[in-house]
Amino acid sequence: MEWLFFFEVSLAGLGFGALYALTAVAFVVIYKATRVINLAMGEMLMFGAYLFFGFAAGMALPVWLALVLALLGGALLGLGLERIVIRPLLGENPISVFMVTIGLSSVLVGLVEIIWTATPRSLPDFLPSDPIFIGDAFVAPKTFWSFVIAAVVIGVFLVLFRFWRGGVALRATASDQGAAYAMGINVPAVYSLSWGLAGMLAAGAGILLGSVAGISSEMGVFGLTVLVVVIVGGLDSVLGALVAGLFIGWVESLAGVYLGGEYEHLMTFIILMVVLLLRPWGLFGTREIERL
Amino acid sequence: MRIGSPKETYAADEGLFRTRTQWAWFGILLLSLVLFPFLSNLYWLYLVCLISIHVISATGLNILTGYTGQVSLGQAAFMGVGAYTVAWLDNHAATPFVLNLLAAGGVTTVVGMVAGLPSLRVKGLYLAIATIAASFILHFVFLNWESVTGGARGMNIAPPQAFGHELANADTFYWLVMPVTVVMVLLAANLFRTRVGRAFIAIRDRDISASVLGISLPVYKLMSFAIASFYAGIAGGFYAYFFGAINPESFPLLMSIFYLAAVIVGGLGTILGSILGAVFMTLTPELLRYGVDVMEPFVDDASALLSPVRTMVFGLLIVGFLLFEPHGLAEIWRRVRRFFHLWPFRN
Repeated sequence: MEWLFFFEVSLAGLGFGALYALTAVAFVVIYKATRVINLAMGEMLMFGAYLFFGFAAGMALPVWLALVLALLGGALLGLGLERIVIRPLLGENPISVFMVTIGLSSVLVGLVEIIWTATPRSLPDFLPSDPIFIGDAFVAPKTFWSFVIAAVVIGVFLVLFRFWRGGVALRATASDQGAAYAMGINVPAVYSLSWGLAGMLAAGAGILLGSVAGISSEMGVFGLTVLVVVIVGGLDSVLGALVAGLFIGWVESLAGVYLGGEYEHLMTFIILMVVLLLRPWGLFGTREIERL
Repeated sequence: MRIGSPKETYAADEGLFRTRTQWAWFGILLLSLVLFPFLSNLYWLYLVCLISIHVISATGLNILTGYTGQVSLGQAAFMGVGAYTVAWLDNHAATPFVLNLLAAGGVTTVVGMVAGLPSLRVKGLYLAIATIAASFILHFVFLNWESVTGGARGMNIAPPQAFGHELANADTFYWLVMPVTVVMVLLAANLFRTRVGRAFIAIRDRDISASVLGISLPVYKLMSFAIASFYAGIAGGFYAYFFGAINPESFPLLMSIFYLAAVIVGGLGTILGSILGAVFMTLTPELLRYGVDVMEPFVDDASALLSPVRTMVFGLLIVGFLLFEPHGLAEIWRRVRRFFHLWPFRN
């Protein structure tokens, strides 16, 4: 085995892993605030990427404006879904809510295919494309820059989560909803906030993913791997999402190169099975105690 | 509650059909099923055969998800196991189709029990995710175990032979699939008059309470997975015979979602619901296609819109039913029936 090659493959995997981590954070925010496992996350990500495509390529707006509009559109999508579909189902059987998000993902795929057809597209280039070397190892510039951007966004998000009033309200609601209500926190607003934030994060991840790998109406499958990431990391742990995101990205990349492309998903799902059997609450998640 | 049907014994209370009227309706249903092939054309027979296959699989899933409360997104992958079993036996052993179908049921039962093992450890959403993983792993096996499954090319299956006839088309295939469907649906309905079925329901309602009552969770959960996969295996075997060719893409995750959607739209935890759901979810895309044919002269590219509109309507049905009619079509059916029972006296 050649170490330089191994190193390059690992770097590529970590670059992809950062996108997993970014989407997984969005997933965790929704789960923490509303206890909803959002299977439509991959499709929200796809929708954000297509919005960017629509603004930047379809309407020929400047890239920065398209970016802002796409992020806002992603946030609006999150807010709308929460208000129209998720809120009426709060307190219902979690399985129903889970199924509703599966239905939503189907709706979003249909919507994107109606507006933009099912043909795969590529996003306009906006990341710098000079080759990047870390030591002797070559990193694809798009992967490198998407990693950097994802890391910055996650950093900003963590700071917000820690110090901003909204972030504190979110964490308070997550730890005890009743107490949060009693302290005057507007819990329904926190629900909206969490979905809006998650929608924005997902749209950002979608744009980055789209600029690395192109966009298609099937890119929502990405969401399934993110599901594995959040289960491995622990559904309610931001730290878990980051660690597991990088880890899964790394494993997938190694499996893809050394075992063959068809093993990528097999590896992630085998990891998922093992984690579910040994430690269902994930690496950093809270273990739930069931009472009658 | 029906007037004038006093139940004097427990047997009468548990009966599937409690009054003569119900028996009469059931008789009419059977009669119309027998007469149907003589009164309809090949297109409708094709649809009804497809619906029957879906009904078998949806009934199995309803036993697992609707009655036992174990959400599974692996039903299509289990059908794949059944279909590949039939295909392999057909190509390598040339055994009669009855044996092949039974083997499909048997093999799928074993695979389903293995896939159900996580249910002993996790439940609810985690279990649903574990079944997604199981179905991905099965898909990988279909795609890469080339010596058995033929890899991405898939396999061809010769039509089943009965009494010297080839059951190649829907008009003959109907006589094979419809009786089996009726029997399997009746078996499923009767299951819930037995100890096992009631244990399933107890587990669904509250698993901890059920185990306090002395119901062994591992045994009954695995049994539920076994029964559901047996149904899926039989349905998959029919699927293979009906279409004559299968490949790994015949059984995508979307198809598992389709069955779960059918069960939800029809009504979780009712046998009638699995039938209504399967019928409804099979006919809706056909209806959409008809709608697109009508729109063709007025809208550019109407046929290109068909597939995305189908995807969207599929999602909207799931969302809409869960939001507005969580008990599904079976509940609507019950309301309509109640209306006519009480008719001129109450509206």
